Formats: sequence, structure tokens, C-alpha cells
Amino acid sequence: MDILSLIIFSPLLAAVAILLIPSERKDALRTTCVAGALVPLVLATKLWVDFDTTVASYQFGVSIDWIKSLGIQYSLGVDGLSIPMVWLAALLMFIAPFAAWKIEKGVKGFMLLLLLLETGILGVFCSLDLFLFYVFWEVMLLPMYFLIGIWGGKRREYAAIKFFLYTLAGSVLMLLGIVALYLCVRDVTPTPFSIPVLSEMVQSGQVTGANLINGGVLFGWPFLKWVFLFFFIAFAIKVPIVPFHTWLPDAHVEAPTSISMVLAGILLKLGCYGILRINLGMFPDIAMDFATIGAVIGVVSILYGAFVAMAQTDFKRMVAYSSVSHMGYVLLGASALTSAGLNGAAMQMFTHGTSSAMLFLLVGVAYDRAHHREIEGFGGLASVAPVYTGITTLGFFAALGLPGMSGFVSEFLVLVGSWGVYPVLTSLAVIGIVITAAFLLWTLQRVFLGPLNEKYKDFPDVDKREIFTLVPLAILCVLLGVVPQILLGHMEATMEQIRALFG
Amino acid sequence: MSGLQDLIATDTTMLMIGLGLFCVPLLAGLILIFFGRKLPRGGDWIAQSSIVACAIASVWLFWQVIVKHDQTDWTWWSASAGLDWTWIKTGPFEVTVGLFYDNMTVIMAAMVTVVASCIFFFSAGYMHGDRDYPRFFAYLSYFCFAMMGLVVVDNLLFLFIFWELVGVGSYLLIGFFYDQVEPPKASLKAFMVNRVGDVLFLLGLIIAWQMFGTLRYPELFERLAAGEFAPLSSDHILAGWDHQALLTLSGILIFCGAVSKSAQLPLHTWLPDAMAGPTPVSALIHAATMVAAGVFMVGRMYPYFTPTVLVVIAMVGAFTALIGATMGLVAWDIKKVLAYSTMSQLGYMMLGLGVGGFVAGLFHLITHAFFKACLFLGSGSVIHAVHSQDMRDMGGLRKKMPFTYATFLVATLALAGVPMFAGYYSKDQIVANAMAWGLTGGIAHWIPLVFGAIGVLLTTFYMFRLVFLTFHGAPADKHKYDHAHESPPVMVLPLVVLAAFGLFGGGTIHPLPNNDELWFNSVVEKPVSAAAVGLGFPSAAHDLPGLKRGGHGEPAETGHGEDFFEEPGVFEGDHGEWIDALHKAHYPALILSMIMIAAGYLLARRMYLTRSTDPEEVSKRFGPLHKIISNKYYFDEFYAIAVIGNLKKWNNGLAWFDKNILDGAVNLVALLCRFVAFICGMFDTYVIDGFVNFWRGLIRGLSSVLRLLQTGNARDYLTWTLVGLIILAFVLR
Repeated sequence: MDILSLIIFSPLLAAVAILLIPSERKDALRTTCVAGALVPLVLATKLWVDFDTTVASYQFGVSIDWIKSLGIQYSLGVDGLSIPMVWLAALLMFIAPFAAWKIEKGVKGFMLLLLLLETGILGVFCSLDLFLFYVFWEVMLLPMYFLIGIWGGKRREYAAIKFFLYTLAGSVLMLLGIVALYLCVRDVTPTPFSIPVLSEMVQSGQVTGANLINGGVLFGWPFLKWVFLFFFIAFAIKVPIVPFHTWLPDAHVEAPTSISMVLAGILLKLGCYGILRINLGMFPDIAMDFATIGAVIGVVSILYGAFVAMAQTDFKRMVAYSSVSHMGYVLLGASALTSAGLNGAAMQMFTHGTSSAMLFLLVGVAYDRAHHREIEGFGGLASVAPVYTGITTLGFFAALGLPGMSGFVSEFLVLVGSWGVYPVLTSLAVIGIVITAAFLLWTLQRVFLGPLNEKYKDFPDVDKREIFTLVPLAILCVLLGVVPQILLGHMEATMEQIRALFG
Repeated sequence: MSGLQDLIATDTTMLMIGLGLFCVPLLAGLILIFFGRKLPRGGDWIAQSSIVACAIASVWLFWQVIVKHDQTDWTWWSASAGLDWTWIKTGPFEVTVGLFYDNMTVIMAAMVTVVASCIFFFSAGYMHGDRDYPRFFAYLSYFCFAMMGLVVVDNLLFLFIFWELVGVGSYLLIGFFYDQVEPPKASLKAFMVNRVGDVLFLLGLIIAWQMFGTLRYPELFERLAAGEFAPLSSDHILAGWDHQALLTLSGILIFCGAVSKSAQLPLHTWLPDAMAGPTPVSALIHAATMVAAGVFMVGRMYPYFTPTVLVVIAMVGAFTALIGATMGLVAWDIKKVLAYSTMSQLGYMMLGLGVGGFVAGLFHLITHAFFKACLFLGSGSVIHAVHSQDMRDMGGLRKKMPFTYATFLVATLALAGVPMFAGYYSKDQIVANAMAWGLTGGIAHWIPLVFGAIGVLLTTFYMFRLVFLTFHGAPADKHKYDHAHESPPVMVLPLVVLAAFGLFGGGTIHPLPNNDELWFNSVVEKPVSAAAVGLGFPSAAHDLPGLKRGGHGEPAETGHGEDFFEEPGVFEGDHGEWIDALHKAHYPALILSMIMIAAGYLLARRMYLTRSTDPEEVSKRFGPLHKIISNKYYFDEFYAIAVIGNLKKWNNGLAWFDKNILDGAVNLVALLCRFVAFICGMFDTYVIDGFVNFWRGLIRGLSSVLRLLQTGNARDYLTWTLVGLIILAFVLR
């Protein structure tokens, strides 16, 4: 079996193993889940080491005919855009069972779904066939629905169904786009779902939709523009952009800590990944037409997310809105279509993956102990939980984009890349940097500093398990802030190839 | 110059020392934060030995660069050390960084490490017994790491990175007493106000990046001087802007970073609050080093600034110098007086740089660092003794604390600018430059001089008010006075060292020196304005040996030349009219300063020593003005209401919109869907199903009738068959 298939399906194997373990043996279930998640992490690390940074196109490729009559292939491969995400996904999915260690209700189901989710996520990042991509995309949706809906907080059912319907709406549009592309090219190519083949054909002008509609024009727009839009909306819901973001705070807040972490850390990146891979990589000409709109949406998301986050009284909700704000940078950077902007966008996906995961873990620590998340309801925790305070301070500084931490590098790249193209929008976006610092440090002050709230004089500090989940992320935040080239070096060739599409 | 270049290129010692200057304190900080509690004496010796090692290394560098190689000019083509690290490289986008050894670097490095060493030892006494003693030294070491990094890098982006890292050091140390109410608030305020300045700085350097594609000082200034601007795209929103306008914009934005960091108007409000931190922190960060980093940065970027930017710098500095001094007049908290004084003195430095007194401004930065650190530590010594910061609780302490008093007095005289003390040599040059600027320009050009001169009077006044209230007169609080005692040697010794620098920092005690022969003036030279060369102005050309001319053709064609000439202090280098004005201004400025100092001293003496005029009377006479100044010109109130209040309202409004309108719309859609589903369900149940049921009913009805016939009785069937046959017979008849 090739390495990518191993990475994708080893969690599934572990899931099967979990099925065989009786549900009373909770520690065995947890350990199996950890083992099942460790394999992809180790393999992804090997993948990272073996990755040839000078090659722009897909590596470790595998391609097998799957449904011959439709030309659907089981086709996998990673390039500089996907390999960081594969590794990040493997890391966070490895941390997730540790973060969920304390869950006692339905451990078997939880761990099973977690592994299933991992297969879906890794599959999406590795797929080079649109049909396969779609299948993995849907595989991911269902476990998430149950993980929120069963193990979530008070309003879990509302949140789960909201998440499900929103994502499903996006999926439907994506399916429409995929089918439309298939119909356009089914007579000209034997592999009408292959992402590289489609990209090539779209860019060389072979795909117009003229064979479907007279002249290839639908309601005054070129047919492909509609296809682009369908894909864009499908991914934008996942990012999410304002105004399609309202599923996010509910889903994040209601989900258990480990799931919030995965949701913010990876699932949002799938939307960004889709935009970079499909919208930019496949339809560069149309992407250029939409770039300004994308930049506006990005800046609106940055500012809107930050302002609304500052108004939140719920710790977790605040962090959730900060994600909306941070994802705006990805869109802004991608819309700039410059070297720095694209790299910044791709890097922001990774850096936000580590810093937001950290924030959700940190919120989880407070919630586990206090059983509430009201920012004003804490106070002075630093006196009783110095280690917790220290790591939180580090996490907050990483999230607010302090230089020396990874978030700064990606934000700086985005801003440098976009200023030359959108000076006014970029100048507005920096307001977001101030506001982000304001709400994070203000929260730090209200929760951790000042006189101790007597209610929490027995508040235990973080335990070893929690430290174990936090430290790898903290190290990544600092390491990539100091030596960003570790990450950028892997992305360079591919990102240059994407940038070259835009002249 | 090339000798030094070669030395740096071949001698890795220089490189390693430069790296060590910031890596060693970082290492010390990390050891202390993780293991400090397990080490003997909280590990303070690790921090102290690391900073002393840095001080020794800095002094060695100072000797190498200045004494041995006598690199007397500070220009953009000067030394960049043999480190060339690629931080980011992706496609055409590349950021590299190295170390930058020029005279200003080594002077600054020596100043920071020497002052820091004094403060590290002082802290051992001051913080003795604090439960977070190791953490304090860890933070101090971390701060030194960031500060040294800021000094030695050769890249504006990295300066910015360390710039924010020193901000974090400041944040952590202001909020060091985290379980009290005020310090966390003050630290948040400090960080946020600085963040505002910093994002503007960031924007400024992004624009610089766009124009020149590099942020390394030598490359940046070279490209600017050669006029190698990146082309502005035509469909650009800034298409109407020419290079000069963009250069000015980016210069002002970069200066905004210094405005917040160096507590200039209107972003100064964090500095007085920052006094909530431990006093050694105030001395190190909020007097000697971090706040001066803004001035240092302006000095670094000096060749980049267009005349407009320099005018802005001069004006901001002038207003800050005056306003800061006035606020110092009415404060009762000993540290707050010093904080306002710092703000005011930083204003002087900015003013000096802005009017073209490059050397004067930076000289004052160095001398000020020593005596202001001495003043803060002195106040710390007093606070340590009386456990109060309110000067109304003090008085007469000179008998109890002779060493503190003596050193404090020396530093006060230096700050006031009394001849023979260090501050005199630097401040007097600033005043002279301001006067020269006035002489060579329009009426507005007199503002820096007027404000600066009034500031000299006020400075002397508030400092002697402080000295008289604290050390002279009768003890205000007998109990506190009785318990007061001189601080231990570990605290007194640093005071003596710093006071010595306050006395001899000028390098001479000659009362009427030739400025050109002062040590600082002889090693630091005003750089040529790369902006002037790059934009093609003739005045800048004649002291630029071997440099390419600007890319804008002949100056006459640009049409801006005349405007530029109106700022002679700025762009004419050290030639002609400007030099004449400076010479003309030298003695009048000196005399003016002396008068102001004497007046300030006499006023303070009259009001606070001999008490022949009651201060209460005076404040009553200036009623409204006194009220405004006492309330710090209502800056805090303004920000609280206009900025923070409105921001919160706006945030809450948006959150309401998000919850009720946007999410409401989503829920409404969901509701509508459910409604439609409900209708469909009804339709399904009653119409479609009803239709089906109708037929079912009909058939059932009929069948139930028919069923009646199906009795299963053979006789019935026979009967009905007979009936049927009869009917058939009739029909077929």
C-alpha cells in the first residue's frame, strides 16, 4: 500500500479495532484511538522529511481506476499546499483523543467517530480526484455532526443540525460544480474528475460549457463563472466568511473541547484549502475577476470577527469569533494573488491551526474546572494556576500575532502581499490587529490577573495531560515564528506555481 | 571604514559577540523562568552575570569599533556585519537579516548593558524577599534580550520584531504585581497604546518594502539614494501619489511607532500608568532604554525621512517636551513626576532630531539614560525606605539617606542641564539647534525653541520641587521618617555609578566646550539624507562623494527643489546657512538656557524650600489652568469616552446585529423551511393522502356494500344468479 493510502486509512483500521473492544474498557478504547492517530502522524512526518521541496507538482502520487464507466479514479498526491495541512491534521487528530480523555459518556462511539473523521480530513487533503474529494468531504461531515450532537453542550442539537445543514448546503453546491465540470469535459477526456487534468483544461480554454449551453453563457455570465461561484460558496461557508459564519460560534461553543480544537484547527482550513486549490488553482482567470470581492470579504471578516469577538462575554465564543477574524487574512492574502500574499495565506492556515487549537484547549481547561465560560466570572487565576496562566499568555500572544510567533509571519506576509494591490483595504485590515490584541489581552486581564476570585481559590493548575496537549502547539507557534522557512520552504515551489498562474 | 568591514567579515568574534549580546540574556531568562525557584538565591546571579558579560562585551565592541577603528561617520553605507541569514525566502519575496555595527549601535549597546547591569544589582536589593523574585529577573533578562536585539539588527523589520518584543517585556513587568488591581490595567493600557503606534509603524514599513523591496538599512538607503523606487502600478488607488508623497506617508507612519514607544503626544498616556511596575523596571524600561528606542529608531531611519516628516517630528517633540513638563509640575507621586519628566525629555530628543540636530538628539538619549536611571533608582531607594510614593509623606530625608540624596542631586543637576553635568552638553546643543532652526525658517520654526526654553525652566522647577519636598525641609510624616534608613550597598553602589555617568557622561567638565570636540560629536556624524538624494535635490548632493544621483533627472525638473530648500537644517547637511545659524545660535542659546535654569531653580526654592510663596496660592491663581494640568489635559478621559467607549458601543452593536439580524436571518430561513415543510406535510396528509384516502374510502364503501352480497351462502348465490339471469333475459330480449 502506498504511503498516502496508509496515512488516510490507518485511522479507519483503528476504528475497526475499536469496534471489537468492549465499551466498558474505556482506557483500551482511548489508547487504541491514540495508536490509530499516531500512525498517520508518524507517516506524515516521514512524508514531510521525504518531500522534495524543489518539485512544484504532486508527489507520492497514486492513481487507480475506481469507477471506470465514469472515469472516476482513486487518485492521491500531495504538494506544497497540502503537505503542511496533512501534517497539521495528523498532529491535531493525535492530540484530540488526549484532549477528550475525560469524556466518560460513550467513549467507544466518540473514539470511533474521531478516527472516522480523521480519515475524511486526510482524504480531502490528499485527493486529486474531485469525486474522491467530494466523498471524503462528506465522510467528514457525518462524524462531526454526531460528535457535536451527542457529546456537545446544552444546545448541542441545535448547533449540530445548524452545522450539518450549512455544510450540506455547501456540499450540494460543490456537487453541482463537480457535475457541471464533468458534463463539460466527459467527451474529451477519459478522466473528467481529475483535478490536475481539469485545471490544465480549464486554463487552456478547453472548458467553456459550450457543449451544454449555447455559447457557454448562462444568465449573462460565462458558464465557468457559475461553476467557480458554486465552488467558492461551498468553500466560503466552511472558512467561514461573513455572512455565512453563524454556524461557527454555535458549533464551536457547543462542541466538546477536542472537537472545537479540530473544528478550528483543521476543518476551517478545508475551506481555505478548497479556495486555493480549486478556485485559484483551477480557475485563475475567473479568480482574478473575483479577487477584489474576495479581498473585501476578507477584510470585512477580519474586522467584523474582531469587533464581535470583543463584545462577547463567553470565553469560548470570543475565541470562536477570533477565528472568523483570522480566517479573513487567508482570504485577503489569497485575493492579493502575489507571492507574499499567497504564501501568507497558506501559512496563516497552518499558524491559525496551531494557535486556535491552543486557545480552544486553554478555554477547555477553564471550563473543565469552573463549568462555566463567563469571562467576568473568573478573576485572578494567575495566583492559583501560574503554569496555566503562563501557557495562556503564550497562546494569546501567538494568536494576536506577536512578532517572534508564527502568527506574525503569516499576517505580515499577507499584509505585505496585499498592500501593493489593495492599499486601502490593507490599511483597514490592520485595525483588526489592534482589536485582536485588545480583546485577547483584555480577557487575559479579566480572567487571570488582578485579585483572585475567592470562588476559585482551589482552582487546580493544568495537569500533565493538559500540558502534553498544549506544549507541541506552543513549540510550533514559537518555532515557526523564529524559523518560518521550515514551513515556507516546503510550500515555496507549489505556491510559486500557483502565483505564476496570475501572470 | 573598510578596515572595519574586513574585520567583521573575517573575524567571527565580532559576530559571535553580537549574537551573544541578545542570546545570552535570553538564555538566562529561560533558565530562570523554568528553574529559578530551584536555584540558590533565586538565580539572580545568573541574570546578573549574564548582563555583566554583555556589558563587558559591549564595551569591548565599543572599543573595537570606535576607539580602534575610529569609524567617525554614521552613514547608510557603513558597516554591516558578516551575518546574512535568510529568514524568509519564497519566490521573489526574500527577507534577510544581519548585524549592524556602527558607532551608534555600539554606543547604544554599551549604554543599555551598563545601565541594565546597575539596575540588575539594584533590583537584588529592591526586590529582596519578593515571592516572585526569580520571575522578576527572568523578565528583566528577557527584556534585555529584546532590547539588545533591537539595537544590533540591520533590518527595520527585525527592529520592529524586537520592538514588539520589548513591548511584551514592558507588559510583563508593568503587570509584575499581577494580583493587584492597578498593575494589570496599566500593563494592558501600555500594550494597547503601543499596539496602535505599532500597527502604523508596520504599515509604514510595508510601504517602504513596497517601494524598495528591502528593509536592511544599508540596502534601503542605497536604493533610496539611487532613486530605485519600485514602479507604482497604474490602476492603483495611489496612482496620483508620487514617490515623495509615499515616502513622506511611510516616514510619518514609521514615526508613529516612535510616538507610542517614546510616549510622545498624543500616545503618551500609558507611560505615567506604567509606573505601577516595580521601580527598577521604571528605571530600566520606562526611562533609560525602551522608551528611548523610539528616538533610536528615528535616528536609525534618519536618512529615510523627508523634510515634512522631520517637521512633524520636531513639532511633536516640541509639544511633548512642554506638555510633559507641565504635567510634572503638579504631580505628587514621586515616580509620576519622573515619568512626566521622561516624557518631556524624550520630547527634547525628538525635537532635536526633527530640527536637524541629529547628534544633539542622540547625545541626549545617551546622557539622559544614565541620569534618569539614577533618578528612578534614587526614588526607588526612597520608596524602599518610606514605603510611600507620595512626596507629601516625605521631607528631610537627606540626613537619613545621604548617598541617595547626593546621587539624586547630581542626577537632578544633570537633568536640569547645569554646566559641567552631562545633561548640559546634550541639552544645550538641542536648544542651540532649535534656535538655528528658528533663525533659518518662518515664524512656525520658532515653536521648538520657545517650547524647549520654557521646558528648561519647568524642568528645573519640577526637579527641585521634587528634591526639596523629598530631601529637604521638615519631615512630613514623622513615623515614616523615623523608620527610614539608607539603602544597602547593593542598591547604593549602582546609584553612585550612574551618578558618575551623570557627572562625566559628557566626557568633559568644561563649562564652555567646543561642541565639535565633545566625545559624542566626534564619533557620531549626521548622516546624509538619502531621501534628498533619491528625490534629486541639489542641496544634498555636495556632501555625497561617489554616490549615484537620484533617478528623477535634474532637480530643476522636479519642481520640489524650492520647497526642500526651505528646510535648510534638514537637507543642507552641515553646510552654509545652517552652519552659520548654528554658530550664531550657540551663545544666545546657552545664555537663554542658563536664565531659564536659574529662574526655575529660584521659583522652586521660593515655593518649596523657603516657602515665601505658598504653592496653594499659586495654584489658586492659575485655577482653571491648574485644573486642566492636574487632570493631565483630560487625555485619559477623552480616550476612555471617545475611543474605548465608542468602540465598546460599536462592538456591542455589531454583536447584536450578528446575533439578531444575521443569525436571526439564518434561523428565519430555518423557520421558513420548517413552515414550508409543515405546509407540505399538511398538503401531503390532507390533499395527496386525502385524495388517496378518498378513493380508498370510496372503494371501501362500495366494497362494503358489495361485501354484503358475499354471504357465503349457496342459497343466496343461487338466488342472485337467478335474479341476474332474469335481468339478462330482459336485457337481451
